[in-house]
Amino acid sequence: MIHTSHLVKQFGSFKAVDEINLDIGRGEIFGFLGANGAGKTTTIRMLCGLLKPSSGEIRIDKLDIIKHSEQIKHKLGYMSQKFSLYPDLKAIENLQFYAGIYRVSFEPALKRLEPILEQFGLSSILKTLTQDLPMGYKQRLSLVAALMHDPPLVFLDEPTSGVDPQARREFWQVINDLAQSGKTIIVSTHFMDEAEYCHRVIIMQDGREVALGNPAELKQENGSANMQELFLKVLGVSDAKL
Amino acid sequence: MNVLKIKELSVRYGSVEALSKVDLEVQPAMVYGIIGPDGAGKTTLMRSICTLLPYQEGSIEVLGYNAASRAKEIRARIGYMPQRFSLYQDLSVQQNLRFFARLFKVKPAEMLKRREQLYKFSRLEPFAKRLAGNLSGGMKQKLALSCALIHTPELIILDEPTFGVDPVSRVEFWQILHQLKADGISIVVSTPYMDEASQCDKIVLLHKGRVIGQGSPAEIISGWKGKLYSLTSRDLQKLYVYLQTKATKEDLQLFGSEIHLFSEQELSSDKIADWQSEFPELESCVEIKPGMEDVFLRMMQ
Repeated sequence: MIHTSHLVKQFGSFKAVDEINLDIGRGEIFGFLGANGAGKTTTIRMLCGLLKPSSGEIRIDKLDIIKHSEQIKHKLGYMSQKFSLYPDLKAIENLQFYAGIYRVSFEPALKRLEPILEQFGLSSILKTLTQDLPMGYKQRLSLVAALMHDPPLVFLDEPTSGVDPQARREFWQVINDLAQSGKTIIVSTHFMDEAEYCHRVIIMQDGREVALGNPAELKQENGSANMQELFLKVLGVSDAKL
Repeated sequence: MNVLKIKELSVRYGSVEALSKVDLEVQPAMVYGIIGPDGAGKTTLMRSICTLLPYQEGSIEVLGYNAASRAKEIRARIGYMPQRFSLYQDLSVQQNLRFFARLFKVKPAEMLKRREQLYKFSRLEPFAKRLAGNLSGGMKQKLALSCALIHTPELIILDEPTFGVDPVSRVEFWQILHQLKADGISIVVSTPYMDEASQCDKIVLLHKGRVIGQGSPAEIISGWKGKLYSLTSRDLQKLYVYLQTKATKEDLQLFGSEIHLFSEQELSSDKIADWQSEFPELESCVEIKPGMEDVFLRMMQ
């Protein structure tokens, strides 16, 4: 679904992303881990076509991201770490708005997403003003908005920041179902237990890959009990108390 | 003397009761954690302590002063770090520190001395001239903490200070908090991270505005009743679906690469063997001690 080779992004003399090579398959949940400033968001923004690579290649569904940007746009959904819905619209109006942007008819899209709305407990609050919704609900609504055009590829940039443990679990149930239905999910997170739910993860530092693979295998290779330990170990952080 | 003493505190927004009869006490040089899901009332409680919010019932005493009548004295002696980044993005690190120092009427000579100390633990000195808006997430939080400490408060109130901060910076941030505690500063902190809750001396669990648990992390965990099992499988999702035929959804929780199963009684080895023959992909099922997150999820139900 995603292929990159020798992907580089340079801001002036600063190399934010340095030679990243990825092959991500259909139905895969792929996680981006790293400290702030490691290059995760920059990489994800390039994969979404929001930022032009300095060099290297990106193909989405075999299409070159520069040459076929219009076509690719319809294949991907993006949920930003900053809340991106209109606070003064009702929940349902925000969904209508997103359907409009992606030029899909609203009623069938809503019908298709009914099971997810139900699972998220959103069906009963569709007429509520978005600003009056608790954080957890806003987050779920953002995800539904990113799915209005039924994209095969979904980007989630720190989707669970500021969400409590129970709500995070419900969120991941839906993510799993989406992957099972064949969608490719790219997610960045600071929660290391969530990294365990990914099929594969990349750990980045200073724009480079320092680890890539299946969480269970990575833990075994490094003799770490959990992802938190592995993460701190590969980044060379010692005397970690958490 | 208690640093903070709250008795039967109730706060209402119109007809919504955000806090209901909350009692808590914080002793000097203690890290006190406020834990709870979204909408539990954590921020309301913190804002009440900071004298930023009027309350309808009960009493709050901060450093010996009544919050309802002595806001001025309290504000001069506490530091508050709100949830949203509240520094001036277009001022530098140094300028933000100076701004907060002047706001709290810290004398210039004293400010320089204090700044030295704050630079030492935050390691922000190399970035003194950088605009706050251009700092990384972890550095912004350290600057916000430094600004809350510039007037040498006796008590600091931190509302989800590690929100959106990466694991490495979180470790560093908590090392700083332990250091402040060792220097005698009392800390009230809210967090969605259960590993951070475990590092507090005492915590209060809030749910829908009410206290549902209070004590040291060890005390709270020891209040657990029942058994807890960790189950693993190559295909965790399939295992989860299978287990739903054996237990209620409330008793099952995904925990990274394992599933935690709550059971009131001990699971017999026969039962586990039965499951294994019905679901051969079940790799292991062992009893474990509950952690903070297990307890939290259980109490929320």
